Amino acid sequence: MKNFKYSVADSLDSAKTALMERSNCRIIGGGTNLIDLMRENIEQPDEIVDVSRLSKQIQQLDDGALRIDAAVKNTELANHPKVRENFPVLSHAIVYGASGQIRNVATVAGNIMQRTRCMYFYDDAAACNKRVPGSGCDAINGINRGHAIFGTSTSCIATHPSDMCIALRILDTKINLESSKGKRTVDFADFHRLPGDTPHLETDLMPGEIITSIDIAHSARGSSTYRKIRDRSSYAFALVSVACILSIKDEIVEDIAIALGGVAHKPWRADILESYLRGTPATEGRFKEAIDREMEAAVGFKHNEFKIELTKRTIFSVLSELKTEENSK
Amino acid sequence: MTLLKKVMERVLQFTPEKEPDPLIGEGKYIGKAMKRVDGVLKVTGQAQFTAEYKFDNIAYAALAYSTIAKGKITTLDTADAESSGGVITVITYKNAPKIGKPALMDPSGGSSGAMAADIPVLQDERIYWNGQPIAVVVAETQDQADEAVSLIKVEYEEEKAVVSFESELPNAKTPKDVLGEDPEVKVGNAEEAYEKSAHKVDHVYRTPRYNHNAIEPHATIAHWESDEKLVVFDASQMLYAFKNTFAKMFLIKPENVEVLSPFVGGGFGGKGSMWQHSILCVAAARAAKRPVKLNLSREGVYRIVGGRTPSVQHVALGANQDGQLEALIHHGTTQTTEYNNFAEQFSFPARYLYNSKTFDIGQKVVHTDTLANTFMRAPGESIGTFALESAMDELAHEMNIDPIKLREINEPKSDPLRHIPFSCRNIVQAYKVGAESFGWDPKKPGSQSDGKWRVGQGVATAYYPYYRFPGKAKAKIFSNGTASIQAAAHEMGMGTATVQLQHFADRMTLPIEQVSMQYGNTSLPESPMAGGSNQTASLGASIEAAVTALVEVCIKAANKSASSPFKGLHAKDVDIKSGGIYGKETDVGCSFVEILKLAGVDELEAEGASGQPFEMLKHSMHSYGAQFCEVRVHSETGELRIARWLACFDAGRIINPKTAESQFRGGIIMGIGMALMEETIYDDRYGRVANPSLAEYHMPVHLDIPHIEIKYLNIPDEHAPLGARGIGEIGITGAAAAIANAVFNATGRRIRELPITLDKLL
Amino acid sequence: MAQTSTMSITLNVNGSDYPLQIEPRVSLLDALREFIGLTGTKKGCNQGACGACTVLVDGNRINSCLTLAAQYQGVSIQTVEGLAHGGTDSSPSEELHPLQSAFVKHDGFQCGYCTPGQLCSALGMLAEYKNGVPSAVCETVCNQPKLTNEEIRERMSGNLCRCGAYNGIVAAIEEYAGKDFMDNKPATREGAR
Repeated sequence: MKNFKYSVADSLDSAKTALMERSNCRIIGGGTNLIDLMRENIEQPDEIVDVSRLSKQIQQLDDGALRIDAAVKNTELANHPKVRENFPVLSHAIVYGASGQIRNVATVAGNIMQRTRCMYFYDDAAACNKRVPGSGCDAINGINRGHAIFGTSTSCIATHPSDMCIALRILDTKINLESSKGKRTVDFADFHRLPGDTPHLETDLMPGEIITSIDIAHSARGSSTYRKIRDRSSYAFALVSVACILSIKDEIVEDIAIALGGVAHKPWRADILESYLRGTPATEGRFKEAIDREMEAAVGFKHNEFKIELTKRTIFSVLSELKTEENSK
Repeated sequence: MTLLKKVMERVLQFTPEKEPDPLIGEGKYIGKAMKRVDGVLKVTGQAQFTAEYKFDNIAYAALAYSTIAKGKITTLDTADAESSGGVITVITYKNAPKIGKPALMDPSGGSSGAMAADIPVLQDERIYWNGQPIAVVVAETQDQADEAVSLIKVEYEEEKAVVSFESELPNAKTPKDVLGEDPEVKVGNAEEAYEKSAHKVDHVYRTPRYNHNAIEPHATIAHWESDEKLVVFDASQMLYAFKNTFAKMFLIKPENVEVLSPFVGGGFGGKGSMWQHSILCVAAARAAKRPVKLNLSREGVYRIVGGRTPSVQHVALGANQDGQLEALIHHGTTQTTEYNNFAEQFSFPARYLYNSKTFDIGQKVVHTDTLANTFMRAPGESIGTFALESAMDELAHEMNIDPIKLREINEPKSDPLRHIPFSCRNIVQAYKVGAESFGWDPKKPGSQSDGKWRVGQGVATAYYPYYRFPGKAKAKIFSNGTASIQAAAHEMGMGTATVQLQHFADRMTLPIEQVSMQYGNTSLPESPMAGGSNQTASLGASIEAAVTALVEVCIKAANKSASSPFKGLHAKDVDIKSGGIYGKETDVGCSFVEILKLAGVDELEAEGASGQPFEMLKHSMHSYGAQFCEVRVHSETGELRIARWLACFDAGRIINPKTAESQFRGGIIMGIGMALMEETIYDDRYGRVANPSLAEYHMPVHLDIPHIEIKYLNIPDEHAPLGARGIGEIGITGAAAAIANAVFNATGRRIRELPITLDKLL
Repeated sequence: MAQTSTMSITLNVNGSDYPLQIEPRVSLLDALREFIGLTGTKKGCNQGACGACTVLVDGNRINSCLTLAAQYQGVSIQTVEGLAHGGTDSSPSEELHPLQSAFVKHDGFQCGYCTPGQLCSALGMLAEYKNGVPSAVCETVCNQPKLTNEEIRERMSGNLCRCGAYNGIVAAIEEYAGKDFMDNKPATREGAR
């Protein structure tokens, strides 16, 4: 790890100023991903501004949405009474991620900003278009068990690793951003990027910008769950994960929101599946048809071909489970 | 087996049996579930591991690793690294101190050398594997050393390397020997017998590479007290061999080298032989003229410390109508290098477990340009039992009989290949006790479920041989009534001092509070390596020898006094009892304290050396066990969970049930990891480990492991010191087969390639 | 030799203040082990994957390897060395923390290298549980979870033990947590999730 200058931001303004005025400056919240990446020489900032002491509020807005400040720790968010009661899928997804120790330190904004996972990204002997744009991708013809099946490009097939973000993707989530030039709000759906030919750019964050908070509201109502399938029973990244909200009324799918983790460079919303099912009979046959349609776009590689079948089965399992739950209401 | 050993084995059959050690029976402390003597140190953070020793003016080292598998360094630019903050020196092949030829590890247990591979350490521009150390940076802090490593620029002239195990299989060749045994064994015409058999199974089994992954990464601290005198703290399972290696490679006298390793944070074989960092640290300390600490990063451990070889094993079993084996065929290939030639003895279980009319057993190896493989917990037996015990289960299914019954039918009365008696073999009883306690009741494959989870039971035999090596120990008594035992033994979590103090207290008939043990450094009498589950038996014998020698010394010393009760007595005429020495017949004698008074000294000591392990030639000596498990397989996602586990072991006398159960469990858990999730993944394009981290190399976490019930028969082996055979490795054996067999019982699907990840069960 | 910039910080560890002059990049783990000399906290992977470096910060468990020491000024850091006497140097006592005693009694370790992390993690885990923090094996995140054997195992899964002392560790935690915490009903089917 390269050495750097360290300072503490005592206000949002001072953080924004530092980001704008100083070159190669990064902000740190919990640091659980950034420090790891710095130790691997992937991130090499000259200066670090600590924003972990900025506001950590969770408050209800007038429209019923929750505003969660950027520096709120994952554990606090998962355990907040309003989240547990009104957005249980978010609590659930967070506690499936990482370990208790990491969740106690990692922040909401840091979780959203964490880099994608790939063994070659971490190996400075490997070709990686994220580390060195244009150098190639060793994963495409390499060991790619954990890699993406949706939205890949010839430049990159890495996966977005967050669990929390998969749940945020089925909520109506907005990201509030500020820089010394002003404020803006972006839909969570538009924040993370597919790799295309610029896989080193993973989010829509502009230079000088800082995530100040996120707002969450319901995009759908009904029974919800988060399922994570991985290579051991705990403390591993997802091979496939599914966040889903489903409501069934009179055996008709009234509402549905479903997103997938571990399968793409960003949290993957299953729009095709949703629109196929919405307003139609909640039968197992239609579930399967919808899943097949969604999965048509999936492309596997040598070691992760199985993810296509696994994703289908996991979605089906989740839909069946939520259907049973809805029917028992 | 060498011809000499074969002859000795035959001759020894005609020698009388040695009297069993009287301590194989119940002792005051032996057999009791006692807390670890170092428990308080370990739970308070006071137990000091290698990297934690403090030296004034210590410097920190970090390694740069090659990124090609084979070739030459053409450019090595260290200017930026040298001018980086805090850097003291950068050492490469260009400026490295002269380091002698590697002193290679002796697999037969000797201490002449320890190096894992016969590759020069930082002496020229050659590259032998992807990950080889090419430079050592020494700096004032670890961060400074690490940063400077990233500033080293290197270019190579690459040569075509052979790195893929699978594509090299057609070129497999038969090694000279497999751990001193013949690589091939044939009895009768197995192929013909197989063809004629009423029931047959014939399959190929595959196991991947594994790494030890002790949580303590390898570390060395080297301090040159003068140009000729070296002190090294090193996380080592083999102290004396390390000492001799440092002496040879740095051209100094062995008596001028001291190696210390009081607490090792897990070894599992990974700290058995010596890897290059130990030598590089000593070289760095010489160059920097300061004490140097080299604590490998986790990635560094994967790059320069070898792991378990992958294997492809072919097992064919033929049985007659009654289930008796007509043919046992077990062949396979492992991957090693021409610099270490370690075949990994996967074929050993097939040589000892079953009767068969014919045998055809053989091992081959391929040589690749990769990091040398090495022994890892139950090398050979772990992966060998996966193949053999899966095949036995397949045969039982084919014959529609209980797999335990099939094993009973083929239980040999004496060693099936060496034709000598077993020392102590109660495998059938282990199965009986295990089956009852577990509730062994496998249903038709694929017939049991609980909601969406399919449920199945599996069983397999655990097997590991008995090893003992000669060693020395020193026993001391003191005028305050205490006694101590000294040996350069190793503590990596096995409870070495705990069980040997139980032993020593019983042998000295002293309260355990009055005895102590010093171990873990080479100023103490030479002990064998900690490996092959030999330490308990080896130390048992050397401590027994030391105490016998001490009795002689005591009598001699006491007899200097006119009032000695031992006039005219010799060691053979006395016993140790009630904390002293007393005549066998007369009961005349006195306590150890009184002996010291008579001798007019404050302490007496004696060193003893144990003899050659002839018991291993006179008898076929092994430990056994029955592994039972219940698994659950999710019918939709293929997720595999271990629901229940019970194992019953026949491992001789158990000295301390508390530490022994932990050892058994630890082995089983490593076996669960081996079966379910573990794999060191090589990218065969580059011969490079692709997952050199604990985030990408999955090993079991708390949630993966249910309660593991341990049973043991506790039948002493009359031919082993203390009646005990080692237990450190047997837990991992048979574990993966039990799981694969249970997966078959749950799902009807037979998985012959580890690890059994969920994609194989979709 | 080039100079690198350092900064002055003060860490409060086990009730004592330690003024340090260190580079900003020094992790809390290295600050403890190499600069203060408290080596009870262990380095296993230096990337948050093994939990051996777990310490308590104001009672919360964290991986000290994935942090900058500079970020932990003005808080109370507790390491394994501070457990036996309740985390203050003012009234030291030779007595073990009851959880440490339970680890010894149940043989919750072998080599002892992951043990300090397991101990600190278990204490932090029980505090989280007391606070109502849900886990991945809770039936529902809406209610206060019951502390079953399975809950302990899930919540402790960030602490690897290669010797495989998991059974002993969980038994020690169960005994220490005792009646105050443990649910009396048998655990759900092992690992059925």
